Amino acid sequence: MNQEWNSFAPGDWQHEVNVSDFIRHNYTQYEGDASFLANAKESTRVLWDKLQALQKEERAKGGVLDMDTDIVSSITSHKPGYLDKDLEVIVGLQTDKPLKRAFMPFGGIKMAEEACETYGYKPSPELHKIFTDYHKTHNQGVFDAYTPEIRAARKNKIITGLPDTYGRGRIVGDYRRIALYGIDYLVSAKKADLANCGDGTMLPDVIRQREELAEQIRALGQMKEMAASYGFDISRPAGNAREAVQWLYFGYLSAIKTQNGAAMSIGRVSTFIDIYMERDLKAGLITEEDAQEIIDHFVMKLRMVKFARIPSYNELFSGDPVWATLSIGGIGNNGRSMVTKNDYRILHTLETMGPSPEPNMTVLYSDRLPKNFRDYAAKVSIDTSSIQYENDDVMRRVWGDDYSICCCVSATQTGKEMQFFGARANLAKALLYAINGGIDEKTRVQVAPPTAPITSAVLKYDEVLKKYKMMLEWLAGLYVNTLNLIHYMHDKYYYEAAEMALIDTDVRRTFATGIAGFSHAVDSLCAIKYAKVSVIRDEDGLAVDYKIEGDFPRYGNDDDRADDIARWLLREFITLIRKHPTYRDAEPTTSILTITSNVVYGKATGTLPDGRPAGEPLSPGANPSYGAEKNGLLASLNSVAKLPYEQALDGISNTQTINPSALGNTEEERIQNLVQVMDAYFLKGAHHLNVNVFGTEKLIDAMEHPEKPEYANFTIRVSGYAVKFIDLTKEQQMDVIKRTCHDHL
Amino acid sequence: MKGNIHSIETFGCSDGPGIRYIIFLGGCRMRCKYCHNPDTWARPDTFQSKEAAEVLQDALRYRDYWGAKGGLTFSGGEPLLQPEFLLELLTLAKAQNINTCIDTAGEPFTREAPFFPLFERIAEKTDLFMLDIKHIDPEKHRALTGRGNENILDMARYLAEQNRPMWIRHVLVPGINSDEASLRATAAFIDSLGGAVQRVDVLPYHTLGVFKWKALGIPYELENVPTPDKQMLALAKDILRAGDR
Repeated sequence: MNQEWNSFAPGDWQHEVNVSDFIRHNYTQYEGDASFLANAKESTRVLWDKLQALQKEERAKGGVLDMDTDIVSSITSHKPGYLDKDLEVIVGLQTDKPLKRAFMPFGGIKMAEEACETYGYKPSPELHKIFTDYHKTHNQGVFDAYTPEIRAARKNKIITGLPDTYGRGRIVGDYRRIALYGIDYLVSAKKADLANCGDGTMLPDVIRQREELAEQIRALGQMKEMAASYGFDISRPAGNAREAVQWLYFGYLSAIKTQNGAAMSIGRVSTFIDIYMERDLKAGLITEEDAQEIIDHFVMKLRMVKFARIPSYNELFSGDPVWATLSIGGIGNNGRSMVTKNDYRILHTLETMGPSPEPNMTVLYSDRLPKNFRDYAAKVSIDTSSIQYENDDVMRRVWGDDYSICCCVSATQTGKEMQFFGARANLAKALLYAINGGIDEKTRVQVAPPTAPITSAVLKYDEVLKKYKMMLEWLAGLYVNTLNLIHYMHDKYYYEAAEMALIDTDVRRTFATGIAGFSHAVDSLCAIKYAKVSVIRDEDGLAVDYKIEGDFPRYGNDDDRADDIARWLLREFITLIRKHPTYRDAEPTTSILTITSNVVYGKATGTLPDGRPAGEPLSPGANPSYGAEKNGLLASLNSVAKLPYEQALDGISNTQTINPSALGNTEEERIQNLVQVMDAYFLKGAHHLNVNVFGTEKLIDAMEHPEKPEYANFTIRVSGYAVKFIDLTKEQQMDVIKRTCHDHL
Repeated sequence: MKGNIHSIETFGCSDGPGIRYIIFLGGCRMRCKYCHNPDTWARPDTFQSKEAAEVLQDALRYRDYWGAKGGLTFSGGEPLLQPEFLLELLTLAKAQNINTCIDTAGEPFTREAPFFPLFERIAEKTDLFMLDIKHIDPEKHRALTGRGNENILDMARYLAEQNRPMWIRHVLVPGINSDEASLRATAAFIDSLGGAVQRVDVLPYHTLGVFKWKALGIPYELENVPTPDKQMLALAKDILRAGDR
């Protein structure tokens, strides 16, 4: 037995790569309160001050501190970099300097160069020649194969945010494997897989898998080399808590050195790390202060992840997010809480170092989590607005008890699964296409195949519904085709060798489609069904505006007349998606989440029959439309909770902002009320909740006075992630302010 | 029977203990100069009418959120203007063991029939009264609200006699009821009520409802009245012994 495994309880994990089995046999539940936590050590304070100074400088320079132009980023491309070598207990940077952004051309050389030029850097002519004349990139592959129809759909933004100009991300390597087994064992396991790949007949699947395994084995070797440059030998398992964190961070670092995916999540590492912490604490090797220091420094690294992005990307995903999503809490399959002291330590980083958008802190929630832990999470939420909650009880049934959140809100089985991320289709716009016979209401281009437009003066529900279904049928087919093509090219030109080396060879693949404009599509159908909606057409006969007479139910009021249409729309869409064959037989899923892209999508969408004017932001994720909620927070939550998670396994995101005074009179009341709300909301089967606790006044003041020191780290939850409010575009700030803030008089 | 409802708030955290479903009943005869819900003033029958059973049915959709402490709060408008309806709703709610609160200004209170016998039964089915005392001086009360306060103070005395749990609420309006003499007189009255008073809330006057006056086209007389500063609020809280008792 490895000496690094001393005192660990034995299990299957000793004979195969099986981290969840190791966790199950070895973790220590914690049901106590937060009083054991230690304050930040001096080293943390000094490092955090240094980092904040750099962040300030970065903002002053227009959003980018420094950039590479001459080195193509790889696992081993850079010499070691430090924030302060003598103080860091966890080391490793993406490049040679903190916050310096790497040059990553494999997703698309044009985008990599545009990112440089946007921030005043000159891309290397030599690299330009290499990646244009000699080596193709993902982006070029995709555009070589796109059909005119796909190009039109993309250009007219009926399908948007596609990962054809950036890395698809959302693949979470099981970084814990490096800590538990060391690289050498993982290499031997992958070599065994290579030897057992297929029956010797060289068919395309086998050939591809052999090539991918070879890439993975090479990546594992490079991880060892990179770690050695920092002075660590990760060929063997980690021997203590600090090594465990360092080892798994090297795995994650390899991923973010090679991939600039939209979401690069760290996964579910908390309970795992606690096992090492407990062993060291028991042996007297570390104190609680040391344990917190390790976690603080680790989390600080996750706060430093940066990618070079292009302006059109920033418009979609504002505030420089990377979704270094860190999942904590959850219940085990055997019914035991998986909360450990380490889950507290991770939340505590929001206190030792203050609020922060990254890592995207996610509590896997159940009313069976220890009450003390729910209270503590609620307290930190109220103080920092930096936490999101996801329903462990609905996710565990589908993904088991060792899943990670791989993006904003989507679950993936750690080390067993990968995802083909697919952005979203605008279902509100699709309704306008149905009314206008497939012509785009903004550009007047025939995007969908021509069908007979609706010509009546007043919209008739049955006719609209029939045409809408036909339009959705077309959209679903086109959407799946587009994603098949994108992911074929991504595998070919931008394969995630580092992450896939830490995932089982026989990987399960999901195919994550998504929905935008959900609430508006639902409310528009409600308006047509329950009120009188007359069409206002322009001289070409194109429907450009709507006159609504009479009242109609809206999604967000716990009114089944509207909420039934919401449920129908979700089911209809995923059913249509499921009809089509997918690349590598991936399992289709869908989501109702839009990130901050609701603003951009809204710009491209004309006036809707629910009364939303052209160009206005769509409501984000599964949130009800602005102003639709008439009965307060809980009615809104009940509406969202009715959407069946089983039909939207990629996630249903809901963002709510509560004024502190509306949540209770004292801190204790606020904590208890928030816990009570979440217990009940998640018991109803809801999937996700972003919790913000602040008043509109604070947002307005922060928008007007971003220079005030108290706003430097003012973090808010938006659809599926957290951002520093002052990093949002003005347009998005206004959008956030405008949204219903739950604050009754 | 049917009652007249102004609106619903599914998430109330400051109108009684815990998380509460607030039913705002339509109609009020007081004309408080700082009222933040002047849109509830009209006669009750101008608001949407609903069967009591239906109102409770809607409320029960939120029961999971209420926990051990929360429940239903009847507010307004003035809930006591519809005593029969209120009694029916309270009876239905208590049959299901739901915690009930009434948020009232006490204006309809009288020890005369037909109100009083109804009120006695209402009180039996109410776990907590939240009673607003707007001004302790009868004349100043009349100037501020358009009504006298004798029956309102009498309602407080009645609840105290019956030992019904109550919270006293006092909206602090600078220059109107913020002088020390008024506050001391109010404090003396509250203290005279004894143990039935479980809590005293001092609520700083705010202007968040002013837009409603403008929308309704009613002149707003307190236009130049500021919201209380911290010092004034602290003094009032101190004199009235704000908080749990």
